[in-house]
Amino acid sequence: MGNGGIILEIVKNVVCPFCGTLCDDIICKVENNEIVGTINACRIGHSKFVHTEGAMRYKKPMIRKDGEFMEISYDEAIDKAAQILAESKRPLMYGWSCTECEAQAVGMELAEETKAVIDNTASVCHGPSVLALQDVGYPICTFGEVKNRADVVVYWGCNPMHAHPRHLSRHVFARGFFRERGRPDRTLIVVDPRESDTAKLADIHLQLDFDRDYELLDAMRAVLLGHEIHYDEVAGIPKELIYEAVEVLKKAQFGILFFGMGITHSRGKHRNIDIAIMMVEDLNDYGKFTLIPMRGHYNVTGFNQVATWQSGYPFCVDFSLGYPRYNPGETGANDQLQNKEADAMMVIASDPGAHFPQRALETMAEIPVIAIEPHRTPTTEMADLIIPPAIVGMEAEGTAYRMEGVPIRMKKVVDSELLSDREILEKIVERVKEIKASK
Amino acid sequence: MSEIILTPKEQPQVPLEAKNITPDAFAGKTIDEIKELKIWHGNIQVALSEFFDVDGESAENASEMKIIIDGDVYNTKRIGQKMTAGEITVKGNVNMYVGVEMKGGKLTVEGNAASWAGQDMEGGELVIMGNAEDYVGAAYRGDWRGMSGGKITVYGNVGSEIAEYMNGGKMIIKGNVAIMPGVHMNNGVLIIEGNVVARVGGEMAGGTIVVKGVINEFLAGFKYIGVEKEIEVDGETIPGAFYKFKGDHATKGANGTVYAAVAGNGHIVP
Repeated sequence: MGNGGIILEIVKNVVCPFCGTLCDDIICKVENNEIVGTINACRIGHSKFVHTEGAMRYKKPMIRKDGEFMEISYDEAIDKAAQILAESKRPLMYGWSCTECEAQAVGMELAEETKAVIDNTASVCHGPSVLALQDVGYPICTFGEVKNRADVVVYWGCNPMHAHPRHLSRHVFARGFFRERGRPDRTLIVVDPRESDTAKLADIHLQLDFDRDYELLDAMRAVLLGHEIHYDEVAGIPKELIYEAVEVLKKAQFGILFFGMGITHSRGKHRNIDIAIMMVEDLNDYGKFTLIPMRGHYNVTGFNQVATWQSGYPFCVDFSLGYPRYNPGETGANDQLQNKEADAMMVIASDPGAHFPQRALETMAEIPVIAIEPHRTPTTEMADLIIPPAIVGMEAEGTAYRMEGVPIRMKKVVDSELLSDREILEKIVERVKEIKASK
Repeated sequence: MSEIILTPKEQPQVPLEAKNITPDAFAGKTIDEIKELKIWHGNIQVALSEFFDVDGESAENASEMKIIIDGDVYNTKRIGQKMTAGEITVKGNVNMYVGVEMKGGKLTVEGNAASWAGQDMEGGELVIMGNAEDYVGAAYRGDWRGMSGGKITVYGNVGSEIAEYMNGGKMIIKGNVAIMPGVHMNNGVLIIEGNVVARVGGEMAGGTIVVKGVINEFLAGFKYIGVEKEIEVDGETIPGAFYKFKGDHATKGANGTVYAAVAGNGHIVP
């Protein structure tokens, strides 16, 4: 196929660098070293590959002087970043979820070297799930098992129709080895206070009151253990419907609970997940039941893996005393910012400027902020130093972990003159070591 | 009892970590040696005297020593960590982890305390005259064994998940509580004199919780037993009439007890 003399190249088996579903069957159409189209990707994935209209890409490092950004070289930017981090008493390194594991590993080294606090976006999404699994365990499985075996699928507090658009087609509608007809062979339960587009597809929609996830789970577990509910309704749901839903869960041959932000960040946070995990464990007295968190960023899981190998803790790791410590609530990015503990911040592969609460942003506005970020974002608007990297999964390769913990190698589709996240971080580590040695 | 007076200089923006402020660390040291004890300022170690004036008289044994922090140390963490004897009085606010892993002695905070006051406490007495935030007397992250002994009293209000995984000892909250007091509690006594927003004793397996105020929302996992008067808790008789519940039956083999004052709690009885 030609187009004005330019050869159209087809790249197959590309892994999508958008959400935690990490679809690995994307076909990219490349023209003139630029991705111009995709096949198989969802709308969100597609727009990441072809760049949303209006997105502004940085091609050169920039530093803020007298309120204005001016271009500098990579070497100058790396030196400046290293100076800021080496001189801080409580630097914070946040983000990490939109880059590859090898870069995250260098990030852990940089955090230890600068005695920093390092945290990833889990602390504002599935951090509560991590806390809960440390308390009560993690009965997880892989996507393949869901597709081939699951006859009861529960989505709790998540709306994959919009947030993980191919999730349902891969796990509910898809035909599996033991579920030959696909959707008709599965019972779909959605728990959501809203009638979301996912809830509209459900066989049973438990439309509970806002912030009452724990109350509902507490009642469901009591029913599961043979107790009666003594109230007419719990969490806004009639007790008869709770009995019915528990009966479906008990009869599952292979059940799966997918859960998202609607339960991890409603009232009670990690305790909602704790009691949900305990319910899944209780359900294993009847059939096989498992769970998978609906992770957002494509490699948010990867950072938790890398941080755990290297420090023993999955996120919110505090190296200030020279050894790793951990306590979300004290050492999370928002805790550090809202309590005004952090005196410098490095943001990489995420956009806290757009997502953090006002009180956290106030501190970000007061302290030096380094942004390793390819695009213009609210974070780069607050930054004092911007270092643009090549985008992993499109312009650089690397490893990412799918939401249920399966590592997948990300492809490089097109070339870029920019350094990768890993290369930038390696250079900062090297420079920090020189600065520390000279003191 | 000999007294050491620490007068705080200005509290810095980056918090201090002063687990060395205990009678145990000060015992047997001269005033000059105490001044040189190390505390952490962010990721840098500094001498205690950089942020505190040190005065008074030292003692050979921790049990003969009282430390008075004469001012507000709102940005100092871990005061009284692992103390075993003697006394500490803080005449102001403190940051996180006051009295963490405390084993003996008495620690009094005249102002407010941030989260994790008395985390993993084993013995001694911790008194907070003002408010405390979340996780009073809670467990370390991921641990299923929280406070195991000693006594905590908070005169003001507290936040969420106090007495989390409590295994023993006694906690008295005079003010109001947010959500989930006594979550995963296994043993011990929690007495709340104020109101509770929700989820008292969620997933509790054992222990006793008494709420003298109003419980806004209650969990369906508890079974209503009946009304009891003059209840006997921890060898002490509490006057008044209480609704008695057992649970949380969401947990296998649960045998916890929640008493809720009859006055104001009619709405939680099935």
